[in-house]
Amino acid sequence: MNLAAKDIQHNLGRFALTIVGIGMLLTIVMGMGGIYRGLVEDATLLVERIGADLWVVQRDTRGPFAEVSRVPKTLVYRVLAVPGVESAREFVFHTVQREHNGKALRMAILGLSWPLDKGEWLPLVAGRPLAQNHYEMVADQTLGLRLHERIKLGKETYTIVGITTGMASTAGDGMVFVTAWDSQAIQFDTPPEAIRLERAARQRRSEAEDLFLSQPMLTERLSRPVAEIPAVASPQLSAVVVRVAPGADPAAVAATISTWNDVSIFTKDGQKELLLKGMVDKSRRQLGMFRALLTIIAAIIMALILYTLTLDKLHSIALLKLIGAPDRVILGLILQQAIVLGGAGFGIAYLVGQKLFPYFPRRVVVTNEDLLQLALIVLGISVLSSLLGIWKAMRVEPNQALMG
Amino acid sequence: MHENLAIETRGLTKVYGSGHTEVVAMHDATMGVRHGELVALLGPSGAGKSTFLTAVGLINPPTSGQILIGGVLVLDGPVPSVNLRTFRRQHIGFIFQKSNLIPFLSARENVQIALELNGVGSRQARHRAMELLEELGVADRAENDPPMLSGGEQQRVAIARALANQPSVILADEPTAALDSQRGRQVMELLRGVAHQHGAGVIVVTHDHRTLDVFDTIYEMEDGLIRQRTSQLNVAQ
Repeated sequence: MNLAAKDIQHNLGRFALTIVGIGMLLTIVMGMGGIYRGLVEDATLLVERIGADLWVVQRDTRGPFAEVSRVPKTLVYRVLAVPGVESAREFVFHTVQREHNGKALRMAILGLSWPLDKGEWLPLVAGRPLAQNHYEMVADQTLGLRLHERIKLGKETYTIVGITTGMASTAGDGMVFVTAWDSQAIQFDTPPEAIRLERAARQRRSEAEDLFLSQPMLTERLSRPVAEIPAVASPQLSAVVVRVAPGADPAAVAATISTWNDVSIFTKDGQKELLLKGMVDKSRRQLGMFRALLTIIAAIIMALILYTLTLDKLHSIALLKLIGAPDRVILGLILQQAIVLGGAGFGIAYLVGQKLFPYFPRRVVVTNEDLLQLALIVLGISVLSSLLGIWKAMRVEPNQALMG
Repeated sequence: MHENLAIETRGLTKVYGSGHTEVVAMHDATMGVRHGELVALLGPSGAGKSTFLTAVGLINPPTSGQILIGGVLVLDGPVPSVNLRTFRRQHIGFIFQKSNLIPFLSARENVQIALELNGVGSRQARHRAMELLEELGVADRAENDPPMLSGGEQQRVAIARALANQPSVILADEPTAALDSQRGRQVMELLRGVAHQHGAGVIVVTHDHRTLDVFDTIYEMEDGLIRQRTSQLNVAQ
């Protein structure tokens, strides 16, 4: 006869409520772990998925994620000329916040290097990758945008042609994907009045210069759009992402590019390290510490619950001892109940988490490894927290049963 | 003392505390209970009855004296010669004043657990438990939890549990205290039947003078001293 099962069966309502309580507590522990993992995964998501071996960024910066990086568009062609480079792509990345349906909509915009990169690598759940070099957009489902919905950014209107899943920036903002050209148009969009003011300012400055006085045609060119003025640089890239040819040595390619004085270069792992040890490090550590604290609190609460449950059974335990039950029977009664409480609580936490976590504003990633780790922690907590109850039960004298 | 004694105590003494706080709860308590004998132990509160009962129940060893159960010297002073818990499980049955059934087990399971703890297989223990409950007239309440049983039914289940492992000794601590006089007498008569049919030596601590006629022998205890008041068994013989 299993005494633990009989006691649970007899006090089913109470046990069920206790298990639900422990389950909710473990849901929080599991959620904190999931948020921690989500933060780490979000931070490295792009670096993992974009398929780059090397990142070429502005000299002495830790861009393009940890800080702002600006490199000229022509860098793509310079990098392509390096032996061992299979492909070099433009990378434009920035975040915008707009109002959409009366709510703030934060989007991390990633420019794809059209036509090399149309976003075929994106995890699409609906629609398709980009099929033209302008006015199309692939958006992550967390943004709440619908397929074929049209959204105005800057002076242009973009149509959502694809919906991705799980694509978020380091800050947890949903991502949208447009061509690099469109991305720059969004990033460097200037209102007409600002353009007119800038032209007027240029005009005034030119009137004081000999060059413009001697060559009036140059003054006329100042009235043209910024991009058409040769003296003014075109919009810049955030970085150039490089894929090394099969068989080529990434270190050799990196060594060649690192000799250029205007850029810095990072490997994929280096870029991930920059993200994890820089951008999200404090949040990660804070979440980690909070998770550890919650685990300790869960252990204390479980210990108190098991201790209380044991206190309620002291008379029965004394009685069992009186009729000759060996210590292992008493120990088994408490330990089995602790494991059932922990195990069922873990099960509830898992089920609640599965239903609840998708509604969290940031991604909550619960991996099998994390689940296994938490299951082992819960098992450990169950055993440890039952020790207090076991200690109390072992001290019960059989003659306490005679006290009525 | 007689060789065929279920339990025999020789000069049991129990002293609590020491020096000026020393209290002698039991002094030179000597008693012999035959197999099949029903013994009453009377006495006012504080006389030492519970101390005597917990000593012979191998729960609270005496300071000095000997306890022999079935002819085996179990305790010589506070020193056990056997594993007390195991010995208690195999040779002693307990019946208490009230509510001493395990609340989360049914009537049958309360009896069955005593058998299973003694190594009887689950199926066999279940069968034997039902037999005992039938014998005591509560088989129809076998699957009920203790709170659903009347006081008398609870005591019958407790007696069934005490009998489960065919003990040589049954110790009952005021088993009729929570019952009305009619049910109290029924329980006492049951205990006499148990003693005579199962051959166990039964010691009953009681205040209920109305049922003394069912006992074979009556002892009285006062100020830690024990003395035999009457032996109806001897009278009958």
